[in-house]
Amino acid sequence: MTEAHTPAMASATSPTQTRKRGIRLSTILDHTILIVGSLFMMLPLLMIFQMTTVPDVEVIKTGPSLTIGDELGPNFQKAMFEASGFSGQNTGMNMLKNSFILGIGFALGKIIIGMMAAYAIVYFRLRFATLAFWVIFTTLLLPLEVRILPSYEVVQKLGMLNTYQGLIIPLIASATATFFFRQFFRSVPEELVEAARIDGAGPVKFFIDILVPLSRTMIAAMFIIMFVFGWNQYLWPTMITTEEDMFTLVRGIKQITQVLEGNRIPEYGRANLLAIIAIIPPVMVVIFFQSWFVKGLTESDK
Amino acid sequence: MAQVSLKNIRKIYPNGAEALTSSSFQIGDGEFVVLVGPSGCGKSTLLRMVAGLEDITEGELHINDRFMNDVDPADRDIAMVFQNYALYPHMTVRKNIAYGLKNRKTPKAEIDRKVAEAAAMLNLDEYLDRKPSQLSGGQRQRVAMGRAIVRDPALFLFDEPLSNLDAKLRNQMRIEIKALQRRLGVTSIYVTHDQVEAMTMADRIIVMNAGRIEQIGTPAEIYHHPASTFVASFMGAPPMNLLGARLEGGQVIINGDTVLASAEGSGEVTLGVRPEDVIMGAEGTVAFHVEIIEELGAHRLLHGRLAQQEFTIHVSKDFEAKTGETRISLKPDAISLFHPETGKAL
Repeated sequence: MTEAHTPAMASATSPTQTRKRGIRLSTILDHTILIVGSLFMMLPLLMIFQMTTVPDVEVIKTGPSLTIGDELGPNFQKAMFEASGFSGQNTGMNMLKNSFILGIGFALGKIIIGMMAAYAIVYFRLRFATLAFWVIFTTLLLPLEVRILPSYEVVQKLGMLNTYQGLIIPLIASATATFFFRQFFRSVPEELVEAARIDGAGPVKFFIDILVPLSRTMIAAMFIIMFVFGWNQYLWPTMITTEEDMFTLVRGIKQITQVLEGNRIPEYGRANLLAIIAIIPPVMVVIFFQSWFVKGLTESDK
Repeated sequence: MAQVSLKNIRKIYPNGAEALTSSSFQIGDGEFVVLVGPSGCGKSTLLRMVAGLEDITEGELHINDRFMNDVDPADRDIAMVFQNYALYPHMTVRKNIAYGLKNRKTPKAEIDRKVAEAAAMLNLDEYLDRKPSQLSGGQRQRVAMGRAIVRDPALFLFDEPLSNLDAKLRNQMRIEIKALQRRLGVTSIYVTHDQVEAMTMADRIIVMNAGRIEQIGTPAEIYHHPASTFVASFMGAPPMNLLGARLEGGQVIINGDTVLASAEGSGEVTLGVRPEDVIMGAEGTVAFHVEIIEELGAHRLLHGRLAQQEFTIHVSKDFEAKTGETRISLKPDAISLFHPETGKAL
C-alpha cells in the first residue's frame, strides 16, 4: 500500500492544488446555502427588529421596510422601565422578573418532583410501583388545557390567585421528567447501589451524593426543555394572574398592543422589542446548557 | 479480623427457585477462603448473603459470634470489591476511597491519613485526583481495593474482582491481592469461576455446584483427593481424566488390563487420574493411542484414547512424543475412585 502511494506523494503539488480548490468551491457553496437558509429563517425576527427602530407611525404608514431608524433607545427605555396599564407596575423589568421566576420555578420544580418520583419508583420496593408509574405516565394524556377549569377552581379556593405559587405549583407535576429519570435510574448499575450501601450511605445520602451528580446531564437536558416550556406558558398565567404586577412577559406583550386602542396608534415598537427580549432568555439557556450537556455526555461513563 | 460461621444457610427466591441448599461452614481468623464453581452455582448468592445484599431465607449467619441475619450491610463491618469495580464515576479516586469513611463521620484528618496510607500501599498516589474514567482497568481495581482496605473491615468480600482484566494483569493482581491480604491479615471470602485463581490464592477452597457445596478443603486436598467427579473435572487444567472401570477381585480393570493392583469392593467404578500422574514407557500396563499432541512450551499434552475413552497425558518438554500406540501405567497412589452413578468418591 505504502509503495503504491509514494510516487503520488512525491509529485504532490498538482493534486493538492486541485483538491484545495475543490474544497474551497464546496465550502463556498455550503456556506451560501447555510447563510441564505438562516437569513430566510431569521426574516420574521429581523422584520420585528426593524420595526422596533422606527417610530410607530412609520410602521402603520409603510409596514416593514429596510430602513433602520433611531427609535431603538427610546423604545427600549419604554419597554423595560415604563409601565403600561393602570397600576403602573407592569414594567418590562417586572415582567421579565416574573417570567424568570415562572421559568426557573417551573423547570426546577419539575426536575425535583420528577427525580424524587422516579427514585421512589425505581429504588424502593413499593406496592404497585409499576401501577403508580403508569398512572403518572397517563397524565401525559391530560394536559393543562383539559383540566384547566378544575385546576383554576382549586387554585382559587386555596387563595393562590395572583401568586407565584399559584403560577408554578399546579404545573409542576411532570410525567415526562419522571419517565426520563426513571429510564436513567434504571441504567445506573446495581453494584453502585450496593457499594453505596456497604459504604454506609442511606437512601437520602445515596440520592444526593450519587444519583444527583450522576444525573447532571439529564438534569441539564430537562432544564432546557422545561425552562423554555415554562417561559412560554401563556394560557395558565393569563387565567391565574389578573393583577398587573404578576404579569409575565409572554402574557404582558399582548396587553401593550391592546391597551392603547381607540384613536391612538398602538405602541408597535415597544411591543416588538419586548417580544425580542422575551426570546433572548430561552435562547441563552439552550446555548449555555447545550455545550454543558454535550460535555457531560462525552465525559461521563457509568 | 473475624470468624465467620454459616449454619444451614439457605436461599430461596420469591419465585420458588432454590439458589442455595442448606450449607454450613466456618471461616477462621485471617483465613482466605475461595468460593469456586461454574456460573449459576450459587457462589455469588452466598457471598451476597454474607454481605447483607441478599436476604437469608433460612439459617444463621454469625460474624465474630454476632448474629448478622438482619444487620444492615453498612453495620456488618465488611468491605466488598465488585466485579465491575462499582466506583462512583463522578468522584475522584480520593473521594471514592474516602466515601465510606466520610459516611461514618470519621474526622477529616484521619480520613486523609488513611487514604494516603491506602494509596501508598496500592501505588495510587499519583492518581488520587483523577476520575475513574481516566484510569486503566488494573488501576480501577486497585481503587476498589483501596476503598475496601481504608475502612479497616473485619471481613473482605471479593466478587469475581479480576474477571474484567486481561490475562497478564489478572496474574499480577492475583499476587497483589494475595500479598495484601497476607499483610493485613483480614479474613477474606473470594468468589471466582476461575479454578487457577482458586488454587493459587486460597487457604481453603469451597467448590460449589448447582447450589450445593461439593467439597471444602485446602487446594492440595481438592486437587489430589476430589470428593466427587464434578470437583475432579472442574479443578485442574486439563481436568482429571475420568474412565469407566471395573473392580474385580481387589483389582481395578479397564478393558481387561489391570491398572491398580489393590482396591476394595467390586462392580462398576469411575476411575480418576490426573494427566501428570501417568508413567510413560514400554513396560506400561495399559495401551494408549495418542491422537493429538498439544505443544505448550514448558510441557506437552497428549490427547488420545485409552480403551476407547478420552484420555489426556501431561508430559514434560523433554519427553519425545509422537502420535500412535504407546504404553503407559498410572501411578497407583494417585488414583481416585468414584461411584459410577452418584459420582461421590469411594
